[in-house]
Amino acid sequence: MARIEAEVGKPQGGLMKWIDDRFPMTSTLKYHVTEYYAAKSFNWWFVFGVLAMVVLVIQLLTGIFLTMNYKPAAAEAFASVEYIMRDVEWGWLIRYMHSTGASFFFIVVYLHMFRAMLYGSYKKPRELIWLIGMMIFFVLMAEGFAGYLLPWGQMSYWGAQVIISLFGAIPVVGDGLVEIIRGDYSISDITLNRFFALHVIVLPLALIGLIFVHIVALHEVGSNNPDGIDIKKHKDENGKPLDGVAFHPYHTSKDLVGIIVFLMIFSAVVFFAPDMGGMFLEHANFEPANMTATPEHIAPVWYYTPYYAILRAVPDKLWGFILFAMAVVLPVFLPWLDRCRVRSIRYRGWMYKTALTVFVITFVTLGWLGLQAATPTYVLLARIFSVLYFAFFLLMPFYTAMDKTKPEPDRVVYHD
Amino acid sequence: MIKSTGIASVLALAAFFVAPQALAAGGQVHLEPANLEQDNAASLRRGARNFMNYCSGCHSAKYVRFNTIGKALDLSEEQLIDNLMFNAEKTFETIQAAMPAEDAAVWYGKAPPDLSLMARAKGADYVYNFLKGFYLAEGSPTGVDNVVLPGTSMPHVLWELQGYQSAIFETHESEDGSVTKTFAGFEELSAGSMDAEDYDDFVRDTVNFLAYIAEPIRSDRRKLGVWVLMFLIFFYILAAQLKKAIWKDVK
Amino acid sequence: MTEDDLDRNRRHFLTVATLATGAVGAGMVAIPFISSLKPSARAQALGAPVEVPLGSMQPGEMVRVLWRGRLVFVLRRTDAMLASLPTVAGELRDPNSEVVEQQPDYAVNATRSLKPEFLIVEGSCTHLGCAPLEDFEVRPAEGWGGGFFCPCHGSKFDLAGRVFKGVPAPTNLRVPPHRYVRDDLILIGQDSGAA
Repeated sequence: MARIEAEVGKPQGGLMKWIDDRFPMTSTLKYHVTEYYAAKSFNWWFVFGVLAMVVLVIQLLTGIFLTMNYKPAAAEAFASVEYIMRDVEWGWLIRYMHSTGASFFFIVVYLHMFRAMLYGSYKKPRELIWLIGMMIFFVLMAEGFAGYLLPWGQMSYWGAQVIISLFGAIPVVGDGLVEIIRGDYSISDITLNRFFALHVIVLPLALIGLIFVHIVALHEVGSNNPDGIDIKKHKDENGKPLDGVAFHPYHTSKDLVGIIVFLMIFSAVVFFAPDMGGMFLEHANFEPANMTATPEHIAPVWYYTPYYAILRAVPDKLWGFILFAMAVVLPVFLPWLDRCRVRSIRYRGWMYKTALTVFVITFVTLGWLGLQAATPTYVLLARIFSVLYFAFFLLMPFYTAMDKTKPEPDRVVYHD
Repeated sequence: MIKSTGIASVLALAAFFVAPQALAAGGQVHLEPANLEQDNAASLRRGARNFMNYCSGCHSAKYVRFNTIGKALDLSEEQLIDNLMFNAEKTFETIQAAMPAEDAAVWYGKAPPDLSLMARAKGADYVYNFLKGFYLAEGSPTGVDNVVLPGTSMPHVLWELQGYQSAIFETHESEDGSVTKTFAGFEELSAGSMDAEDYDDFVRDTVNFLAYIAEPIRSDRRKLGVWVLMFLIFFYILAAQLKKAIWKDVK
Repeated sequence: MTEDDLDRNRRHFLTVATLATGAVGAGMVAIPFISSLKPSARAQALGAPVEVPLGSMQPGEMVRVLWRGRLVFVLRRTDAMLASLPTVAGELRDPNSEVVEQQPDYAVNATRSLKPEFLIVEGSCTHLGCAPLEDFEVRPAEGWGGGFFCPCHGSKFDLAGRVFKGVPAPTNLRVPPHRYVRDDLILIGQDSGAA
């Protein structure tokens, strides 16, 4: 195989040398880009990490431009969003990109996490990457939640009301905690102001820092692959993994194709269905927040609804909160709950395959149920699926240990 | 199995987004579809005229500027001033109600809501059915009630056009003795200046205009979207070829 | 040419084409972002032309108005003030209003105005944007015939807003677009050129 050498790898004179004498430019690029070897057998499930970076950039860029026109005050917030939508030249595009980007961030991150579950990417030696990833997910949830209050529509207000009240369920400290979050006796101008600070400074900074660490940790141990095997076992005479190709130009050229496909889907939503039928921009949020009237039907935005359905399935405030919190936190323990010898689903037995399939159906169904009105039938369904959700995690040590595995191959395998 | 897990998850996700959502507003009444022609400029112009004549006395559309409307509906500055701007002087002004909101709050018990975003908040079908849904009701301070929004404090502004109708309700008694009332249709009491079909068109044009002001850039974004997607398809073809050329020797 | 060379050429061409397309795409994405920084529809509405009634102004009186948030001086000059204009011409940097951007064509004349009596200039020093103060008192001992004085860095302008030599301000005060709606009503921000 004739490898294509990237330009960056070549010896440089002039400016590059001047910089290298003062800053580890070439060596950093080599380590992370031109000589970072990842399996040549990546399938498209492995594109979502890069896509998450793309969405992050979209959100940061559009977010910066939105802050230039948005006013974080109860009296002005709603009108300032309409000002952006109507009076600011191209403001509508920037706003739709940001609101659509929020939903796509979660779609991409959920699929990125699912990839890890398909191919055991969280298993040794990548446990820390998974832990940092889960922290990114938590920060992202907080970021989405804080951001959703900012348009100051009916859904912003009442959604925040419900979720903040949740914390009141914690015994002893609950009520005090709720007041500290709100900074007032109800959700008010003060709350909006601090959520703005969290949304545009605190949480994005945390997000960027965590993503940096996530990638450094990944590059330390190397990327997983669809076979879940270690590609560093077989190296050529230069010490390069035989089953790996350099991130640049191989994976960059492949990721670019994935990014363009992503941008097509993203643009289709931004330009043709920015509301997504009320999923990405909820109808009731086109009415300004009204403290005296709750909308008929309130549900969080779709990306929180699987957890919200679990919360609603429990007929007790404290236990509802506990199970809700557990549902969010449980995936953190996956590296230790999973006791299977092999990483990839390709070489696992029927038990894990069945469990994972049921889990996907469970997660999506819970998400759908969380959007519906809480009729008795739906609550019953939510209870059944909540049990399945927890069973997937809590029974994992047993079924993954019992599962019959197939032998892992020595070298990566291509599947069509 | 691995394939089927992947396919199952993609299908499930698709179902999640496509499944009918109980999110749109609307009470218990079945909403007749408004069937708007959102790119029909003539309908929008009629709707603008209707709005300014019948709605803007009490309702504002405070985020909407006259010159924006003029551009989208192909109206010259003179046409704007002569036909739409009854209580505004400059074309860059926004649409304000002729009646002060504080007075309205006293007279009707509630300030008439701003209509800039009404069609987006409630849905075009809701507004369409609301404007057709007034019926004579005894005991109501305005003399009428509405099947879409029972207890509304809005009077039947368009009665001269539609005439008056009464609503027929069927009562059902369920096994546990509770009584529910369901709306079963209208009965015309007095004819207005328009027949039913013309009135439907009148309301449809008006709702069309409301839908337009709720998102004035709607038609622009759709036009631009086509170009963006065409560019991305071209970009995709190049990038896919490049990927293939670079990966040619990877076995 | 070997097959390897062909491959290399093809890769090179595709790389350049893809990068160029990407750059074009990035450029097009930049347009809406940069355009969003321009004055919005609201800013344009707030920056609409302003009317200034002249009927009640006495000779020697000056009013300050804001147009697009910018200070504009409207001065009704006395005969004595008008008479002083030609006398200072020798001390000025641009006595004949030759710097084109500083006034509309209709203000390129001896009084820098549509009607000699009324001076309309922006109250923004052409040095660094401070608001000049009026100093209409004639002090022959100091050689001062009346005009404007900028408190920030000492620039001086005459009663037609023309800058004196030897001060930091490089050009005359700017004359904004304006027109007479009636004899006693002036519209600042719009001239007869635009509808």
